[in-house]
Amino acid sequence: MSSQWASPKVTADASKKKSVGKGVFRKCDKCGATMPAEVFEANFEVCPECDQHHKLSAKRWRELLLDEGKLERWDEALVPCDPLEFTDGKRYTDRVAAAQKATGASEAIETGCGAINGEPVAYGAFLFAFMGGSMGSVVGEKIARLFERATEKRLPVVLLQSSGGARMQEGILSLMQMAKTVAALEKLRAAGIPFFSIMLHPTTGGVAASIAFLGDINIAEPGALIGFAGPRVIETTLRQKLPEGFQRSEFLMTHGMVDQIVSRLELRERLTVLLRHLSRR
Amino acid sequence: MAAHVLPFEKPIVELMARIREMREITRLTSQGRSFDTELKRLEEKMARLAREIFSDLTAWQKVQLSRHPNRPHTLDYIETLFTDFQELHGDRRFGDDAAIVGGLARFDGASIVVVGHQKGRGTKANVKRNFGMAHPEGYRKAERLYAMADKFGLPIITFIDTSGAYPGIGAEERGQSEAIGSCLAAMARARVPIVATIIGEGGSGGALALALANCVNVLEFGTYSVISPEGCASILWKENGVAADAAQHLKMTAPDLLRLKVVDSVIDEPVGGAHHDRKAAADLVGAAIRKAMAKLAGLSGEALVEQRYKRFRALGVVKE
Ligand SMILES: [Zn+2]
Repeated sequence: MSSQWASPKVTADASKKKSVGKGVFRKCDKCGATMPAEVFEANFEVCPECDQHHKLSAKRWRELLLDEGKLERWDEALVPCDPLEFTDGKRYTDRVAAAQKATGASEAIETGCGAINGEPVAYGAFLFAFMGGSMGSVVGEKIARLFERATEKRLPVVLLQSSGGARMQEGILSLMQMAKTVAALEKLRAAGIPFFSIMLHPTTGGVAASIAFLGDINIAEPGALIGFAGPRVIETTLRQKLPEGFQRSEFLMTHGMVDQIVSRLELRERLTVLLRHLSRR
Repeated sequence: MAAHVLPFEKPIVELMARIREMREITRLTSQGRSFDTELKRLEEKMARLAREIFSDLTAWQKVQLSRHPNRPHTLDYIETLFTDFQELHGDRRFGDDAAIVGGLARFDGASIVVVGHQKGRGTKANVKRNFGMAHPEGYRKAERLYAMADKFGLPIITFIDTSGAYPGIGAEERGQSEAIGSCLAAMARARVPIVATIIGEGGSGGALALALANCVNVLEFGTYSVISPEGCASILWKENGVAADAAQHLKMTAPDLLRLKVVDSVIDEPVGGAHHDRKAAADLVGAAIRKAMAKLAGLSGEALVEQRYKRFRALGVVKE
């Protein structure tokens, strides 16, 4: 089963407009600047004009952060079941199959080990394109194993999060993944090994309220939406418009919830320095 | 008590009222004997009717029961089950959240730490309690009480009864996510027995923050879900009218939870539900807690942490 997913040519998070080719132009979501697609691509989807961070594919994240873009993958054979026989007009199994087909990935997270500027790390990255990066049994299991292996091998953990929260289609079992992942992270903490929590756009719900803020170092990407409740839920509850910039990275920084806001283009160097600070060598 | 009656409870509640009435007449007129047979007949009829109706409830009806305004809440259980209760207030950071209560108490003579969501009865009390929906301060109070229990080697007993953590501006400003995550971590590492009981609604992460326990029990008409049926319906079906369907699909009732191994046991409720006999309900809950505590009694701190880890580690279904 694993071979069909292990293929490295995954371009999971890529938006449709990212079909790169000669003469293809792209427009920045924020400032509207129009540039050849390869300019965005080369700049890891950061707008050279206004610094807007657009979604980056899992493959490009690996190329950006890991030495030679190399990830030795863990647990790629894990695939979801349908314990609730859930349907909401469309069957959960069909939704999973569609997400696998569209992204070429087996589930909403990839994990494994690699190195950042020669510093070995256990690495995980959510794939938002796979059902909104939602955490069901497989994502929970892969994160638990990531922490367990990292504890065993004494590797610092770098986890890129981008998730709408728990996967509703797995009901209460997806809620249990919050408990499972936090408990596994406690093992890492008890062993004195650092956890670098990187919050990308968006990080909300069950992922935000479990491991995301428990990093020894919490880093947010500029302009990311990060919070417990989604803005729509809050607006409906309070029946009022939310203030400008609410739940964005800068808001979290102001309220003391993250250590740093780091541009994607500087993240590798920043992580290297931080890793060396906390590596006890 | 009769102010809140769900449509499907009506026949039972009416019979109960007649029985009460007859008992009263019996008491006042000392004509007991003549009513004895009739009373007995009515009581049997009521029990039969309640069994009939309640054996066939839909998921949505159970959701409504779990939210029943007359249901016993955390403080009712504390009052009945514990002695020497000393409520401890505040998170030592920002404030005291009345949506979560906690403190020290004695259970069967031994000191324990108790933490539970607290809903109010009536509008005024519900405003004070924020309908049992906690802010970060509530979770930070819980977290510090878990740490206290760990420090002094006291077992932790929790009661879960919330529709969820409060989604608001202040809650986000003060780190609702971090507060819940830290609560989970504190429970995961506590070297003492933790026994959780879902007494009403178990809504999402706000419920889980009190439920990372060695043993999790649920009352017969308690629920536990990743999202409310209303919320699920509005997201997946983009409309509100199908919450009843969502309740069914979410597998959030006690028998479902037991089958999925999310809970260790289901605690039977008195005839017609816990709200018809709070004392009897508390006794049943107390017996279940006692049983769980006895099972955990011999384990060391490390063994308790490991048992809890394995319990949650095993939850979820994957193929490999
Ligand atoms: Zn721009």
